Amino acid sequence: MTQFLQQLVNGLSLGSIYALIALGYTMVYGIIKLINFAHGDIYMLGAFVAFYATRYFQLNFFLALIVAMLFCGVLGVVIERIAYKPLRHATRITALITAMGVSYILEYGTQFLAGSDVKTFPEGLLGNLTLELGGVRISMQQIMIFAVTILLMLALTYIVNRTRMGRAMRAVSVDEEAAQLMGISVDRTISFTFLLGSVLAGAAGVLVGVYYNSINPLMGMTPGLKAFIAAVFGGIGIIPGAMIGGLSIGIAETLVIAYGSSLYKDAIVYVILILILIIKPAGLLGKHVKEKV
Amino acid sequence: MKKFPKILASSVMALSLLAGCGSEGGNAATAVELNEGDTVKVGLNYELSGATATYGLAMEKGSQLAIKQYNEREDRKYTIEVISQDCKSDSVEAQSIASRLMTEEGVAFQVGPATSPDSLATYPISTDAQVPVLSPAVTQNGGMLDANGEAYPYAWRVCFEDNAQASAMAVFAYENLGKRKAVVYSDSGNDYAKGLAESFIEKFESLGGEIVTTENYIQGDTDFNAVISSLTEEDFDVLYVPGYYGEAGLIIKQARAAGLDQPILGPDGMDSPKLAELAGASALNDVYFTTAYTTVDASDELLSFIEAYKAEYNEEPDMFSVLAYDATNLGLQALEEAGATGEKLNEAIKNIQFEGLTGSFAFDEEHSPTKPVLVVELQDGVQVNPIKIDLDAE
Amino acid sequence: MLKKYFSKENICWIIFAAVIFTLITFLMNVGVIGSYYQITLYNICINVILAVSLNLIIGVCGQFSLGHAGFMCIGAYSAAIVVRSMSNLLGFALGVGIGIVISTIAALIVSIPTLRLRGDYLAIATLGFSEIIRIIVLNLKITNGAAGLSGIAKLTTWPLLFVLMVASIVIVTNFSRSRQGRACISIREDEIASEAMGINTTRYKTTAFVIGAALASVAGALYACNFYVIKPDLFTFNKSIDILVMVVFGGMGSMTGSVIAAAFIGVLNMLLQNFSSIRMVIYGVVLVAIMIFRPGGLLGTKEFTFSALLHRKRKEKGRK
Repeated sequence: MTQFLQQLVNGLSLGSIYALIALGYTMVYGIIKLINFAHGDIYMLGAFVAFYATRYFQLNFFLALIVAMLFCGVLGVVIERIAYKPLRHATRITALITAMGVSYILEYGTQFLAGSDVKTFPEGLLGNLTLELGGVRISMQQIMIFAVTILLMLALTYIVNRTRMGRAMRAVSVDEEAAQLMGISVDRTISFTFLLGSVLAGAAGVLVGVYYNSINPLMGMTPGLKAFIAAVFGGIGIIPGAMIGGLSIGIAETLVIAYGSSLYKDAIVYVILILILIIKPAGLLGKHVKEKV
Repeated sequence: MKKFPKILASSVMALSLLAGCGSEGGNAATAVELNEGDTVKVGLNYELSGATATYGLAMEKGSQLAIKQYNEREDRKYTIEVISQDCKSDSVEAQSIASRLMTEEGVAFQVGPATSPDSLATYPISTDAQVPVLSPAVTQNGGMLDANGEAYPYAWRVCFEDNAQASAMAVFAYENLGKRKAVVYSDSGNDYAKGLAESFIEKFESLGGEIVTTENYIQGDTDFNAVISSLTEEDFDVLYVPGYYGEAGLIIKQARAAGLDQPILGPDGMDSPKLAELAGASALNDVYFTTAYTTVDASDELLSFIEAYKAEYNEEPDMFSVLAYDATNLGLQALEEAGATGEKLNEAIKNIQFEGLTGSFAFDEEHSPTKPVLVVELQDGVQVNPIKIDLDAE
Repeated sequence: MLKKYFSKENICWIIFAAVIFTLITFLMNVGVIGSYYQITLYNICINVILAVSLNLIIGVCGQFSLGHAGFMCIGAYSAAIVVRSMSNLLGFALGVGIGIVISTIAALIVSIPTLRLRGDYLAIATLGFSEIIRIIVLNLKITNGAAGLSGIAKLTTWPLLFVLMVASIVIVTNFSRSRQGRACISIREDEIASEAMGINTTRYKTTAFVIGAALASVAGALYACNFYVIKPDLFTFNKSIDILVMVVFGGMGSMTGSVIAAAFIGVLNMLLQNFSSIRMVIYGVVLVAIMIFRPGGLLGTKEFTFSALLHRKRKEKGRK
């Protein structure tokens, strides 16, 4: 039982990271129907910005977190303006390839500028305290991951549901033209969506960097793909879906390693994905939309 | 639908008539006799970008330094021009670049790539072009052999193969540490780790030890808590982690944090200053790894290399850069001895007596070096107590 | 009877292919295309097969697949395993055959449940399947796991490669002009309307998917027997994207476009070797720029045909 609870804690901390990245995927997809494959790399850049901020400017964890989130947010908007905006009415495949192009630029650009070797954060950034509750170990970093994730998700839910901008986002995702007719600036709303998504990815990057103490320019690839699957799992375009999806994928992966075979931990993620697509294509929380003829 | 098989048949027929005239041209690069003072090209074919760029870049630095030092020597016979290209961690690309270096640029020899599959792709090219390839780190068991079990005539490696160091580690765990129950936690996405794991298991079991369980991760993973948590419930007394320092460092850190205090063993891929950064020095106790050289009681050559490396790149060298340094120097020495490229250079490599940082050695039948395996212990992240393991003793 | 198959247009095509083949063979023999350029050339030809077969699935049938590398992987491994114990053309043929059978079965398993999905969902599902194929290959004994297989005999000769490339192009273009092909095009344009017209959409989609997968496995076999070494890392999601880029860049639905795009990207990649470690950054910039400035691809859905050429000539004559 202790073992199971311990694995659950492990799964939840991994899942929280997936959830934070998945939120960005889901919001962007919800609003412009683009699978933004560069999103995983924004997460990577968040980790790198925090690395430089803590290592060379001696900022503490929270300041570094904020700096990284701001940087990623701005970068997300810039990428959207330069690369995605001209393609808003092109086919989805074209936009997807552009996203891959951006992803190459970010990955290999970072590899060129920062070097490809693994970077480590200064030690003791969050203390090495470990709590033990009835045999279950929870580290300070894990607590911080839960806290920051929950806080950011609450903030996001508030923004999307209660603010003018959030209402605009929802309106644009339902019907872009109608939203425009109602006086909503579609361009600004889309930029804002990218800003929010990128900020969350940046935060996830910092948390991962501090938690595992190891970052490299290609670290965004696999978590990016898995977070995307998490978004699909929960129902792409639906914000609570991304959270549930992220946590489920994280826990599933951990449990497969603990009670199945570690060889197939990645395969299980894809199997889950295919099963959900076949059984409930719109995702766990998605509503099935009848196609108009 | 009915129409196309016939069109297909007719076009294939027409083409197969022409097919007879295709043939392969001769690909051998021209071998030249060298005069003193000549400029000779040397090709570096490393992974400078992509998944294994960490190792490729470290090796490139080692090779570049060797060539720079050679060109600064007073008594040098030739001036070396380096051509360094990126194979982006892709074996097809590695092959394309090898062909380019050998047939278009006309290099005397190629050093690299870093990983076994990328290097193996370049060997047939070297046979055709008759240009030697020096592999710093092709550790794959039987890696130098072609499908018929014969060594590729122009390919050479300066590292020992997986079998040698994994067996040595198994002997060390069983004899020196007196451990009987091992867990192997290996990288399933990596040929190097896989070869090591298999050899270790085979040797450890043949000695009479028991493999309690094997677990796997994939290169690039950062979260090992699930496996480590489940290991806390297993009854074992030693953990073998074949793989590179990037993941091994995190595994050691997370294992120690979860209260696993068994000795942790690893291969030469763990030999990097980064290991201490990743794991934290306090976690690096009771950790052992196999290697070909050690900084404990270092020779003057090694110390001056480390000095020069730090001055050049402002960082500590690791095992990868040392091996590349050796491979490059070996090529340069052979070049001076042969005074020619092509077949003569290859002969010189075959008969070389080389004294490098990773030991003095000559090549055996399988084009691999014969050098002893060392096991080094880490205490608070510092290397201590190197022990030479002699596999032939028992 | 024979006249129908040796129509003016088809004869033009056969002559065209023969001329290109003879020209390149000649250039190779006199050493203008040295062994280094041959590697690029072979790579381009293999990519042409991949691009054309993916174009059948995406461009003609409108099914967005991101799993092409998975089928290529099956073909490469089947051929490599057979050829390693039987390194002659018979072994190669056997390997290709086994590859086609396995990839056809895999394609059926993938397509029947997933082709119900549309657009991006289908893309993700196929992506998932191809990753599962790769993970299985990574963990099987016969495929030698992560180390992959090496020492595969080089059986991909230039005539063989060229013949198979031309055959793939012929198969795909003829399929897309056949009755089935027109059904596929109608599915691409409007799936619901075609269903209402009595077209069995699942059947045609599956057919296109299976043909595409089988051709991809042939390309994989050629790939394995040309580059000596294969490993699971070569068949990741990025490989699928590379193939997709060629299809989109050439123009979805245009076979001529796919061929030109494969050649263009092959040459671009070769030129970028000079830029060493920033080559992938430049590649990314080129991708983004191409997509922004030519979102419909080089040729759109246009196709180069001799009949159009002949037709225009006839018209000109008529005007005179």
